[in-house]
Amino acid sequence: MSTVLIIFCILAAVTLASAFMTIFTKNPIHSAIYLVICFFSIAGHYLLFNAQFLALVHIIVYSGAIMILMLFTLMLMNLNKEDEVHKPRITRLGAVVSFLLIISVLIAIFIQTKPIVGPYDTTGEDYQSIKVLGQVLLDQDNGFMVAFEFASILLLVAMIGAVLLSKKEKSSK
Amino acid sequence: MDINLALVLLLAPFLGFLANIFLGKSLGKNISGAIGTIAVVVSFAMSLFFFLQINQTGQPISIHLFDWIAISNFNIEFGFLLDQLSLLWLLFVTGIGSLIHLYSISYMHDDEKMHKFFAYLNLFVFFMITLVMGSNLLIMFIGWEGVGLCSYLLIGFWYKNQNYNDAAKKAFIMNRIGDLGFLVGIFIIGFMFNTLDFATLKATILAGNNLDAYWIAAAGLALFIGASGKSAQIPLYTWLPDAMAGPTPVSALIHAATMVTAGIFMITRLNFLFDLAPAIQDIIAVIGAITSLVAATIGLVQNDIKKVLAYSTVSQLGLMFLALGLGAYEIAVFHVITHAFFKACLFLGSGSVIHALHHEQDMRKMGGLRKAMPITFITMLISSLAISGIFPLSGFWSKDEILMTAYHQSPVLWVIGSLASILTAFYMFRLMYLTFFKEFRGSEEQKHHLHESPALLTFPLIVLAILAAIGGLISLPGHSWLNHYLEPLFSKAHEAHHLGTTEYMLMAIATVGALLGIGIAYAKYIKQAQVPEEDEKITGFSKVLYNKYYVDEVYEAIIVKPINLLSRFFRDYIETALASIVFGFGKAANELSFQGKKLQNGSIGFYLFAFVIGFCAIVSYLILAQKKF
Amino acid sequence: MDSVLNQIGIENYIFLSVALFCIGVFGVLYRRNAIIVFMSIEIMLNAVNLLFVAFSTYHQDAQGQVFVFFSMAVAAAEVAVGLAILVAIFRNLGSIDVANLKNLKG
Repeated sequence: MSTVLIIFCILAAVTLASAFMTIFTKNPIHSAIYLVICFFSIAGHYLLFNAQFLALVHIIVYSGAIMILMLFTLMLMNLNKEDEVHKPRITRLGAVVSFLLIISVLIAIFIQTKPIVGPYDTTGEDYQSIKVLGQVLLDQDNGFMVAFEFASILLLVAMIGAVLLSKKEKSSK
Repeated sequence: MDINLALVLLLAPFLGFLANIFLGKSLGKNISGAIGTIAVVVSFAMSLFFFLQINQTGQPISIHLFDWIAISNFNIEFGFLLDQLSLLWLLFVTGIGSLIHLYSISYMHDDEKMHKFFAYLNLFVFFMITLVMGSNLLIMFIGWEGVGLCSYLLIGFWYKNQNYNDAAKKAFIMNRIGDLGFLVGIFIIGFMFNTLDFATLKATILAGNNLDAYWIAAAGLALFIGASGKSAQIPLYTWLPDAMAGPTPVSALIHAATMVTAGIFMITRLNFLFDLAPAIQDIIAVIGAITSLVAATIGLVQNDIKKVLAYSTVSQLGLMFLALGLGAYEIAVFHVITHAFFKACLFLGSGSVIHALHHEQDMRKMGGLRKAMPITFITMLISSLAISGIFPLSGFWSKDEILMTAYHQSPVLWVIGSLASILTAFYMFRLMYLTFFKEFRGSEEQKHHLHESPALLTFPLIVLAILAAIGGLISLPGHSWLNHYLEPLFSKAHEAHHLGTTEYMLMAIATVGALLGIGIAYAKYIKQAQVPEEDEKITGFSKVLYNKYYVDEVYEAIIVKPINLLSRFFRDYIETALASIVFGFGKAANELSFQGKKLQNGSIGFYLFAFVIGFCAIVSYLILAQKKF
Repeated sequence: MDSVLNQIGIENYIFLSVALFCIGVFGVLYRRNAIIVFMSIEIMLNAVNLLFVAFSTYHQDAQGQVFVFFSMAVAAAEVAVGLAILVAIFRNLGSIDVANLKNLKG
C-alpha cells in the first residue's frame, strides 16, 4: 500500500464521515462545522490531484464564503437549538430506502458501463497549473469566454436578488 | 361558349337561391320573388337556345369540367351532357318552373317567409337541372338527392304544423329507401363496367361482349327501386299524397310536373341497360299498371282536392312506367310532357281555388265556384278533359299511345290501363262538379269573399291550359316529331304504330271510356246532386278506398312497428351495455385522477422523494433495456 | 511525474463520489431543516466536482477543472439566493421546516 493510497483512504473516510455527521447531527451549527470539515477533506483530494489552485478556490468559496453565509443565516434565525422535530417514521424509512436504491442504481450504472480503465499514462505535460487553466478558460478560439461572462452576470444577478429578497419590506407591511 | 352558357343555365337558379337565402329578407317580397323568377327564366332561355341548336344539328353537347374521382382505371369526370333527352326535360322543368315561380309571387305573398320559399324553389330547380344535365350517374345522383332534400324542405315549409313535418319526414324517408336502391344500382354498374359515364356505358353495352345477364338484371332492379321511390310507384308511393302538405305551387312543380318524373328520366336515360333485362321490364310494366289502377281507385273517394290530384299523379306516373316497361320510352316521355302541362295546370287551378277560399281544401265545402272564378274554371276544365283523354287534347294522344302499345304487347295490361283511365275521367269530373257546380257549401263569410284570382295567378293557368290543349301536337300518330327527335337516344328503333282499324277502334274505346267516366260523374254529382258523406258514415268498400287500402296502416304494422321494437330493444339493452362500457372508462379515469390528486399534496419532501424514485426507475429501465451498453 | 491515479485507481474516486452524492440525497430526504437540506445539496455538488477533477486528471485535460469553476460559481449564486429566500420565508412563517411549506398544493 503506497502512501498515496493511505492518504486517500484517510481523506475518503474523513469526507464520508463528516458528510454523514452533517446530516445526522441535530444541531445545525454542528452540521455546518462538519460540513466545513467535509469541504476541507475534499480540498485535500484536490491537492492529491496536484490541483492546488482548485483546492484554494474551493476552500475560499465553500469553506469561506458559502459556509460563512450559512452560519450567518443560522445565527440570524437563531436556530442553534436542537429543536427540530423528526419527520414521521415512514418518511425516514422512505429516505433510507431511497438512499439504498439510488446508491445501488448509481453503482449499477458504473458497473454496467464497464469503463475501460486503461493505463494511466502521463505525458508529463503541464495541464493544471494556474497558467494553463487561465489559458484554457480564456482561450481565444476554444475558450469559455462567453460562459465566463455569463457566470459573472449570474453572480451579479444573484447578489442583487439576495439583497432584494432579504431586505425588510417596510412599505408593504 | 357552350360551356359558359351551360354554366349560366345551371348556376342561375343557384345564384337566385343564394341571393334569396342571404339577402331575401332585406330585399322585400316582390324583389325576392322577381329574383327567383328571373333566375329560372334565364335558365329557360338558355335551355331554349340549346334546344334550338340541338334540334338543328342533332349533335349532343358534352361538357367536361374537371376530373372528379380518379382511382386507377376508374375515372369519374365532372361534366354535363346536353342531348335531346336532357334538353327536353330542361325545357319543361325550367319552363313550367318559370310559370310556377310567377304564380308563387302572388300565391305566397301573404307568407312572411316568402324569400325562403323562393330560395328553396330555386335550389330545387338547380338540383333538378343538375340531375338532368349530369353526364354520369354520380352527378345525376347529386341532383337526385338534392331534389329530395328540397322536396323535404318544401313539404315541411309550414313547419309549425306537426302533421306537415311528419309528411315531410315520410317523403324523405321513403325517398331514402329508393335512393339506396339507386345507389346500389350505381355500385353494380360501376363494378360491372368500370365507368358511370352515360356515353361510355352505352357504347360498352351496345358493343355487348361479356355481359352478365344476372348482374344487369340486378342493376336494373336496383335502379328501378330508386325510380319507384322518386316517382311514387308501389310500394313506395304513399309519400306523394302526404306531400300535398306543402304549398300548392310546390305540389304543382315538384310533386306533379318535375321531380316525380326523375325516375322516368333515369330509366329513359339508361334505356339501353333496361333493354337487356326483359324480366325487369316486365316488372316495371306490371308495377306501373297496378300502381295506376290502385291509385285511381283511391282517388275516387278522396275529398281533399289536392289529394285527388295527388292520387291522379301517382296513377298517371303508373301509366308512364307501364310505357317504360313496354320499352316505349318515347311514349313515356311524351306522357311526361303532356302530364306536366295539364297536371301543373290542375294543381295551380286548385291552388287558385284554395287561395280564394282561404286555405279550404275540402271539396265538400266547395261548389258553385264556376261563376265566381271563370278563368280558373275554364283552364281547369280544359286540363281535366286533357287528363281524361278527350280528343283532341294532349292527354288523349299520349294516353292513347300508351294504351295502344299495351294492347299490342299484353291485353291484360291494356285492360288495367283502360280501367285506370276511365276511373281517371270519373274522379277528375267528380272533382270538377263538386268544386265548380251546384251551390256553394262553405260558410257565409267565405262566400262573401269569393273572387277570381289576380292576374299573376291566372296567367300561368292560361298558358298551361293552352299547352295542355295543344301539347299533343308534338307527337301525333303517324307523324311524330318527338319520336324523330328522340331517335338517337334509343338503341332499338321503335316502330311507329301502324294506323289501322284496330288503332282507330282503340282510340274510340278510350274516348268512349273517358266519356263513360264523365257521364257517371255527371249522373252522380249533378243529376243526383250527391255530396260525399262525412268521414264516419263511409262504409263498405269505399271506406277501404277512403282509407287508401289501409296501406299506411299495413306499413305501420309490418315495418314501422318492428323497427320501433328493434330500436327500443337496442336502446334498452345494447345501448345500456355500450353506455356502461363507455361510462366505465370515464368513471375509471375519474376515480384514477381523484386518487392521483392526493399525490399533489404540496409537501416538498414527498415531491423530492418521488423525484428520486422516478430517477431511479428511469435509470433502471435504461439499464435493463440496453443490456448491451 | 507519476499520476496519483496509478496508485489509487479511478474506480475508487467514482465510488467515493457516488457515496458522497447519495449521502447528499439522503440528507435532502431525511431532514426537515431547510438549511440542512441546502448543505446536503452542497455535498451533492461537491461529489460531482470531485468526479470532474478525477476525470480531468485521468484525461490529462484542464477542461474538467474549468467546469468545476463554473459549478462553484453557480453554487455560490444558488446559496446566496436560496438563503435569501429562506430568510424571507423565516420572516413570514417563523420557521424553515420544509414540512410546513405546503403552499405548492394547488
